[in-house]
Amino acid sequence: MSDEIQVQETDVKASGDRDTVVLKKTAPEYTKYKRAKKLTHHVSASNVIFNIFLVLFMVIFVVITIYPVINTIALSFNDGGDAVRGGIYLLPRKFAMKNYETVLAIENFPVGAKISVLRTVIGTLSSLAVNALLAFVVSRKRFLFKTSLSFFWVLTMYVNGGLIPIFVLYKNLGFTDSFWVYIVPGMISAWNMLVLRTYMNGLPDSLEESAQLDGAGYWTIFVKIISPLCKPVYATIALFVAVGQWNSWFDAMLYNKTSAIYTTLQYELMKLLSSVMQQSGSADSAKNNAASATVTPITVRAAATVVTMLPIICLYPFLQRYFVTGLTIGGVKE
Amino acid sequence: MSNQKKNDNGSQNTNSVETKVADTKKGGKNATGSTFVVTASGSTLEYAAPVKRDKKFTWKEVKRQKSLIFISALVFIYGCIFYYWPLTGWGMAFVDYKPTAGILGSKWIGLEKFEFLFTNPLNKFWPTMRNTFCMGLLNLVTTTVMAVLFAILLNEIKSNIIKKPIQTISYLPHFLSWIIVTGILHDSLSSTGIVNDLLMKMGAIDSPINAFAEPNYFWGIVAFANCWKETGWNAIIYLAAITSIDPCLYEAASIDGAGRLQKIRYITLPGIRPTFMILLLINVGNVLNAGFEVQYLLGNGLVKSVSQTIDIFVLDWGISQNDFSLGSAAGIFKSVISIVLIFIANTIAKKTGDERLF
Repeated sequence: MSDEIQVQETDVKASGDRDTVVLKKTAPEYTKYKRAKKLTHHVSASNVIFNIFLVLFMVIFVVITIYPVINTIALSFNDGGDAVRGGIYLLPRKFAMKNYETVLAIENFPVGAKISVLRTVIGTLSSLAVNALLAFVVSRKRFLFKTSLSFFWVLTMYVNGGLIPIFVLYKNLGFTDSFWVYIVPGMISAWNMLVLRTYMNGLPDSLEESAQLDGAGYWTIFVKIISPLCKPVYATIALFVAVGQWNSWFDAMLYNKTSAIYTTLQYELMKLLSSVMQQSGSADSAKNNAASATVTPITVRAAATVVTMLPIICLYPFLQRYFVTGLTIGGVKE
Repeated sequence: MSNQKKNDNGSQNTNSVETKVADTKKGGKNATGSTFVVTASGSTLEYAAPVKRDKKFTWKEVKRQKSLIFISALVFIYGCIFYYWPLTGWGMAFVDYKPTAGILGSKWIGLEKFEFLFTNPLNKFWPTMRNTFCMGLLNLVTTTVMAVLFAILLNEIKSNIIKKPIQTISYLPHFLSWIIVTGILHDSLSSTGIVNDLLMKMGAIDSPINAFAEPNYFWGIVAFANCWKETGWNAIIYLAAITSIDPCLYEAASIDGAGRLQKIRYITLPGIRPTFMILLLINVGNVLNAGFEVQYLLGNGLVKSVSQTIDIFVLDWGISQNDFSLGSAAGIFKSVISIVLIFIANTIAKKTGDERLF
């Protein structure tokens, strides 16, 4: 932290609290701080032990976090029969593309990939549009139902009907065996709406007022004035929703179990996982059978896992700026 | 965190970037008396000043806001259908629900389903409650401790070139689905996986352990999986809180000769206490909600006695066996316990003078 000390300029205020001083940092004090900071960098025994612990902790943490992912990638490129012997760590031992060919040949896999992409794109766009519109409405200072509408949505975060009543409702509404069960029910989320609202509340009122003086209606204000300013928070929400859509599997299992045309990538992966787990129950027999095969459930599953996590691994490092913003705005929710 | 100076326009928020620090009395290093209100944005404290609202319910105003009211009406209808209508489904627990007859058409049975739930040992409801509660609590404690530890230690790394990549890597598991996480976990713990491999090389065991067949390990595995997935993510908010601690405090402590551990103990930990308490309060209410995906995906017949949670119970009885009434009853019970937990935690927070939810 020392190299990015935030010098916070604050006004000295007359404070009623006797024990309280409001600190004010000026440039000379800041250099003094830097100097003092350097002074403490003396070598002491406890400091060395602390540093060793710090380095050890971070190395172990990073290895535990990243190793399983790399191992899965290595497995996915390894020959199946060879992989059963174990001992594959960071690189494949006997390189093969057969696993990926097998995955792509699984009947439902391309369908699942298509549906996953569709639900991510449509779900994210519709959810963002509706949540942004709702947030815009409840962040208008003069809106007559501002408080009541906010309360109506905040309440949904704390009370819900539970799995069974929701299941019955969706069934009655015809959302089973349908693509729209991925899109419509979760479209508005109170949490996303709150994040957007907090951001919009921070924009100056004068923008809206001056636009209104120029004769703009609410639609124009939303599309042309507020939305362009909200790009960072829109990106955040879009990212959250997209990751949620991409990773979701339970809705596919619960509502579209019988209709293979609406299966998703994650659900197909889950089916592969449970088949592997069942086989590992009788590990020895599987081992004998698999030793001669070129593909085994474990390597195929690894390939399917890589296909499923690839978009996320490629994209998230570039998007982290947005989700850190979103998380920290979200925490300020009233 | 600097891209958040969104409130600088000073609309109705008096955006005071100030940190009031209780006077460090006579060289005292203790900063516990400081009155931080750490918002998660890390650096800003926002107090919504009372605003004069010129809202008047007049016909002219309604007409002016007709587009806003139109949208409100649409989302209100949507909310009623998808969020509030399912609440009526709680009635299912009190009738012998027949899908064709509806709730009102089915026979009223009162608390019979609850009685069956609580008293019949065959349905394994109480062990299920115990599993859910213990796993939820274990997860809450381990993930919180790991997140705080990681945030504090990461903050001790001075070089950004090292710090940034570590943080980026730490987020990664959060973005992977539970399917992938459990699959990876299964690989790592399998007979040829890395864990058995290491243990055998170190000579700790002779033959591979089948970790998923052993009920004693299950809760630990679930807690580890949660830590693996969420530590880096949960640490973001603590890192933001640490950043908002006034550097002067560290400066003063350094001049007084405090070491790094002492600074962590007397400045960092008290500084993140409000954030810690708020997150704890929010999460306590979710303790019973924290048990579905991992347990469902990792559970198998051999460990069912410790892996079954309420949500799986509801799914089994309600969806698989079509006993909607029993499933609803278990769901209601869970909600009630959650609300009670939130109130208990809030009362304790009030007593100890910490932040609270309401």
